[in-house]
Amino acid sequence: MAAKFELTDDSVVVIVGSGAGGGTLGTDLALKGIKVVILEAGKRHETEDFLNDEWASFGQLAWGDTRISSGSWRVARDFPNLPAWIVKAVGGSTVHWAGASLRLQEHEFKTRTTYGAIPGANLLDWPVTLAELEPYYAKAEDRMGTTLTNGIPGLPGNNNYKVFEAGAKKIGYTKVSTGRMSINSQPRKDRGACQQIGFCFQGCKSGAKWSTLVAEIPRGEATGKLEVRPECHVTKIEHDAGGKVTGVVYRDKDGKEQRQKARVVAVAGNSIETPRLLLLSASAKYPNGLANSSGQVGKNYMRHMTASVYGIFDKPVKMWRGTTMAGVVQDEAENNPKRGFVGGYEFETLSLGIPFMAAFLDPGAWGREFTTALDQYQNMAGLWIVGEDMAQEKNRVTLSKVAKDKWGLPVPDVHFDDHPNDVAMRAHAHKQGIAMYEAVGATRTLPTPPYPSTHNLGTCRMSEKPRDGVCNKYGQTHDIKNLFISDGSQFTSGGAENPTLTIVTLAIRQADYIAEQMGKNAI
Amino acid sequence: MNDKHTHVAPQATKASIDRRQFLSGSAASAVALMTITGTAVIHTTEAWGLEAKGLTPEQMRTLIKMARDIFPHDQLADKFYALACKPYGEKAATDPKLKAIIDSGVLRLDDAAKSAHRVAYAQVGWEAERVALLKKVSDGALFKKLRGDLVVSLYNQKEVWPLFGYEGESASKGGYIARGFNDINWL
Repeated sequence: MAAKFELTDDSVVVIVGSGAGGGTLGTDLALKGIKVVILEAGKRHETEDFLNDEWASFGQLAWGDTRISSGSWRVARDFPNLPAWIVKAVGGSTVHWAGASLRLQEHEFKTRTTYGAIPGANLLDWPVTLAELEPYYAKAEDRMGTTLTNGIPGLPGNNNYKVFEAGAKKIGYTKVSTGRMSINSQPRKDRGACQQIGFCFQGCKSGAKWSTLVAEIPRGEATGKLEVRPECHVTKIEHDAGGKVTGVVYRDKDGKEQRQKARVVAVAGNSIETPRLLLLSASAKYPNGLANSSGQVGKNYMRHMTASVYGIFDKPVKMWRGTTMAGVVQDEAENNPKRGFVGGYEFETLSLGIPFMAAFLDPGAWGREFTTALDQYQNMAGLWIVGEDMAQEKNRVTLSKVAKDKWGLPVPDVHFDDHPNDVAMRAHAHKQGIAMYEAVGATRTLPTPPYPSTHNLGTCRMSEKPRDGVCNKYGQTHDIKNLFISDGSQFTSGGAENPTLTIVTLAIRQADYIAEQMGKNAI
Repeated sequence: MNDKHTHVAPQATKASIDRRQFLSGSAASAVALMTITGTAVIHTTEAWGLEAKGLTPEQMRTLIKMARDIFPHDQLADKFYALACKPYGEKAATDPKLKAIIDSGVLRLDDAAKSAHRVAYAQVGWEAERVALLKKVSDGALFKKLRGDLVVSLYNQKEVWPLFGYEGESASKGGYIARGFNDINWL
């Protein structure tokens, strides 16, 4: 039975956001007997509500509040008000994610040490190592039901995967598989097996894909210690004279201002809203925003080096059938600077339906070069490229000086410039992706630019020293002991891997830490 | 070769038409299938009519032609482009800003067409020649709006999806687990 707590109850932990970080943290704390209120800006849609229709689903799930894109990245030109494609709903972007669950590699926690001083980059080693996180990764994989871990078989490859696998092997890649996916390949933990529906991005209609919506929050609510309040948009975190946070101000579903007291506040609003909220909470005591004595809040915004390649063949592929992200090639994931860049990248299959293919294949394009590609839609195979991008201070989330949201608060401005390392990596990855498809007979290949970001990272990063970042290795802010960062904003570097598994891993570990600190009355 | 012309006069192939005669003498036949009545565009072979409402039927016909030239798919009937443009006629009746964009945009395009080909845009016979005209106005508000809107208003029509082979919704059919998710046979 879901809990219901009073607004004046100052013994609760308030979590802002219900995605991979917030949903997992809230559930784990509730399982430990701690009272939790999750404030989620979006609505609650259940599995049966999801739509196998790209635009309709986008309207249902996407974070559509106005944002501003700036900088030299192509997304700023193509999608000036949509820098990120993420979810505003209970479950956050775990409703939308494709399921790829890869651990970060050891060197990716030590980028400054491994890559050296890269001009223009603001690299820093994480204050935590892979070895310290391994037990938590194992817990995360078990609860998420990640295939190819814990004896769980891999998913079967669909048509798109078969083309991808054949091409990869033809050009000599060996680390090719249907990958570690948090999508049930067989029934597990009250959820069924994947039905190869496709539409993984639109919310899984079979419940086979792990999300905090279907796999975590209901378990937390069953304890009677967790209350999830949808359509509650937090606008400010408040603090007392001593500097400790005391609660949050939010707008409820009717637009009415409410104030929820709290013992601890954990922010997990994704890497755009999280720093925005800290900046919006500026006060006389914290004039630059909360937890911002380093000046790093909002900086070092990372979004992964991304790109896609579509290959057109003389025979049908029907890539949309089945799992959207149906396999991985990991041969390029290691750090091998001989390629002309540091860090590495993954290839993962991807498909879009006709509506989104038209929107994302080559935004702004028109005429027959574009339409003859779409005409070959049935004969297309697709892959996505996800690689490590360089933290840069100038890539940052700031409060817009011109645009305001419906509450009159400044909207976030997301500034991003590719680093030369990102550009070099993308060029390499496009070339290799094209080679994969040409090796199995592609008659035409389409090296496609980045989509609006789904992997938003780094804007409240972990650091050993308070002057270099916003939070410590548990996500606890350096400046305010009872204020935590619980989402991908914590990432000190992005790695080459999809971030959800690591966000969940950090949340499980953070729950242990918060419970311990509360038990000791340290917070 | 303009497909409309071919349809009207199937014997007239690209090679057999005298170019000057095509452009001046029989230019009207280039859009013969989309004819104009008092207030509507009438498509004689697809058997549909579209009330232009806030626009003139000539303007509506121009928008439909522009839509096809921006995203030309030979397997799509004119009606899909007309459906994509239909909301402009309705909105222009109450939205003076939109009407002004269309008025000035169509005028600019027709002026460019007349100075290059002596006929209005919709009556220029070759797609390549119309595309050259579109390139000249591609910095304008009308082109930008139409191109941007069509990405959704054309490609999000469920009726066009099968014409690209796209199967759309699958959950109600049990997904593809037993319906060919891995049926590729040519690798």
